[in-house]
Amino acid sequence: MSTFATSVPRGTPPATTRGGRDRSLAWLAAPALIVFVAFGVIPLIGVLLLSFTTWDGIGTIQPSGFASWRAVLTDPGLPHALWVTFLVMALSWGVQTPLSLLLGVFLAGAQRYRGVLAVVYFVPLLLSSAAIAVTYKALLDPNFGLGAGLGIELLSQDWLGESHLALGVVIFVVSWQFIPFHSLIYQGGVRQIPRSMYEAAELDGAGRIRKFFSITLPQLKYTIITSSTLMVVGSLTFFDLIFVLTAGGPGDATRVLALDMYKRGFQGNLMGPASAIAVILVLVGLALALLLRRLGGGGDSASQLDGA
Amino acid sequence: MEPRTTSRRTFLSLSLGLPLGAALAACGSAGPGTTSGGGTKATYWYLSTQPAEGVRKAAVDRFNKANPNGQIAATTFQNDAFKTKIKTAIGAGQAPTIIFGWGGGGLRSYVQAGQVDDLTSWFAENPAVKDRLFPSAFGAATIDGKIYALPIERVQPIVLFYNKKVFEQVGVEPPQTWGDIMDLVPKFNAKGIAPFSLGGQSRWTNMMWLEFLFDRIGGPEVFQAVFDAEKDAWSHPSAIDALTKVQDLVKADGFIKGFSSITADSNADQALLYTGKAAMMLHGSWSYGIQANDGGDFVSSGGLGYLNFPPVDGGKGDPSDTVGNPGQYLAISSKAGPEQKEIAKKFFATGLSTDEEVKQWIDVGSVPIVKGTDSLLAASKDAAWLQFQYGVAGKAKTFSQSWDQALSPAAAETLLDNISKLFQLSISPKQFTSNMNAVIGT
Repeated sequence: MSTFATSVPRGTPPATTRGGRDRSLAWLAAPALIVFVAFGVIPLIGVLLLSFTTWDGIGTIQPSGFASWRAVLTDPGLPHALWVTFLVMALSWGVQTPLSLLLGVFLAGAQRYRGVLAVVYFVPLLLSSAAIAVTYKALLDPNFGLGAGLGIELLSQDWLGESHLALGVVIFVVSWQFIPFHSLIYQGGVRQIPRSMYEAAELDGAGRIRKFFSITLPQLKYTIITSSTLMVVGSLTFFDLIFVLTAGGPGDATRVLALDMYKRGFQGNLMGPASAIAVILVLVGLALALLLRRLGGGGDSASQLDGA
Repeated sequence: MEPRTTSRRTFLSLSLGLPLGAALAACGSAGPGTTSGGGTKATYWYLSTQPAEGVRKAAVDRFNKANPNGQIAATTFQNDAFKTKIKTAIGAGQAPTIIFGWGGGGLRSYVQAGQVDDLTSWFAENPAVKDRLFPSAFGAATIDGKIYALPIERVQPIVLFYNKKVFEQVGVEPPQTWGDIMDLVPKFNAKGIAPFSLGGQSRWTNMMWLEFLFDRIGGPEVFQAVFDAEKDAWSHPSAIDALTKVQDLVKADGFIKGFSSITADSNADQALLYTGKAAMMLHGSWSYGIQANDGGDFVSSGGLGYLNFPPVDGGKGDPSDTVGNPGQYLAISSKAGPEQKEIAKKFFATGLSTDEEVKQWIDVGSVPIVKGTDSLLAASKDAAWLQFQYGVAGKAKTFSQSWDQALSPAAAETLLDNISKLFQLSISPKQFTSNMNAVIGT
């Protein structure tokens, strides 16, 4: 009897106020929804339809059933591109998360010199991907680049010409570009943690490291999930940077799925198979976003401020 | 809070579809006629990269000055970017009035889609335009017996360039056979000089090596069989031999360190030759102009040597054969308005390969595709180079078109892809042939 009584106010709030709020919220969502449908949903439907056709981008579009899908799914290039995409995703997450987490925590401090450093760290985010790629390409050129110019043997590797090095460089540059952004997210997250928790821990005799692992890290759970989702889904779409830096090369060592799509569609004139890859990309992106959401939980029981 | 994050995530993943979707949408919305050109201007896209860009610009400027009422609006693009852009624009119905290209397979795909006008009757009405150009240049402009494009500009055979100063310094002679090339490789490497410069990221640069090796070892019929879509044409023993030879050269460190990350668009491969970091380079004849333009006194002081690709011992091919571009080509978009087409045709008849332009091409070290320029070539400051080129192009029993231009775009993309893997040693000649046999005739 008592459980029934308590569950009513929790499950269904008074019906009248709720209906009124929903209507006004729906109106507010309209502009975003229109843009989303026009530039997200409609092109997606177009791509889906296009994946069941044969089109060279110039002539007429011929329906061809599953021919494009068959071509894509039997191509040994697809598992390779998926693998490279996964590698870029996993490695860039693995590099970016700890570094931006530590930087974020560091920058959250109120000291003035940290504010100055924050501005300096922020610079890579202001540059366009293409400019970053062109610059790194010039710096890493084995014959005219930094290594050759300064005569440092260690730096004059064939950075972009060897498969493993090229992949490493891509991950390094991607991380260099996006760590500032994620640091910023973590900085915000850290500043949200109530001071009282740290004070309580200090009274209990916790050291700096213990405080980080027992308070900061658990409190940042949702921030980590948000930042990881952005990284993982974002790394599916890496195109501009890799295209300028390596063009998917050497061979196909850095040919990620998005690049494979572009090459098939716009260089090979095979719009059908390219659309099929686009559909695969969307499905993978949605699956990953869902997975991360599941990992993050989301029920009321997950509140991190219990006892604060 | 939560629903909003979901939609942002979804939006991120959905926005992937945008590039393809945009192309599709653009296709649907384009009405007949390129109204985007505006007014009575015909549009024309051409390639940047000096010194050729200057010659192209001068031709347009002269025409615009002479025809204030029917002008051409020109836009420039980088080579590799242009190849993609023009296809997308044509597909989207936003093509320029005048479509620049290299003839062959690319032009064929436009013709099949009905995107370019048949110019056969126009050439019949204007015999003077056709008669003064090299007949060999019309091959790549002719599809199924009809002429769809006007050959313009210059002949561009692929030539083996070398740095004479580096050869002197090492004390060796230019190669006369493939065996010589393989002997030279360790000698240059021992002195810390790369034997060959190569802009491998552009891929077509690697392809030129195969074009010559195929021809020298097995003759032009080996690739002709591919072009004619004969089954398993890539498995020809000469093809396997050529693919093996090129991998041997890669394994012997014949190409400069890091070649697979060098692009030809930035002219970094050219810089390697004139700075003496590399001894030789197989490249299109346009390289001469770039070396002269960028290389300081390298060309004027006689530092640049050149020869036709040497024969391969025991090969069946004729050593006089060459490959490259027999010309560049302009077609007229069938979607252009009648006024724009008129301007384009007037430009074709009066604005191109004019005496001024011919002279400018010669000045930048190129042989124009116009007949009877012998005396002009001989009088030029680059006479030796020009006459060498004229000889190569004129004496060649077969002047094969670049493979990536001769094949359909889809087959060319697979070819370039496999070539870059071949040079990366990530696939064997056998895998190369089976990958390529699979796309024959597509």
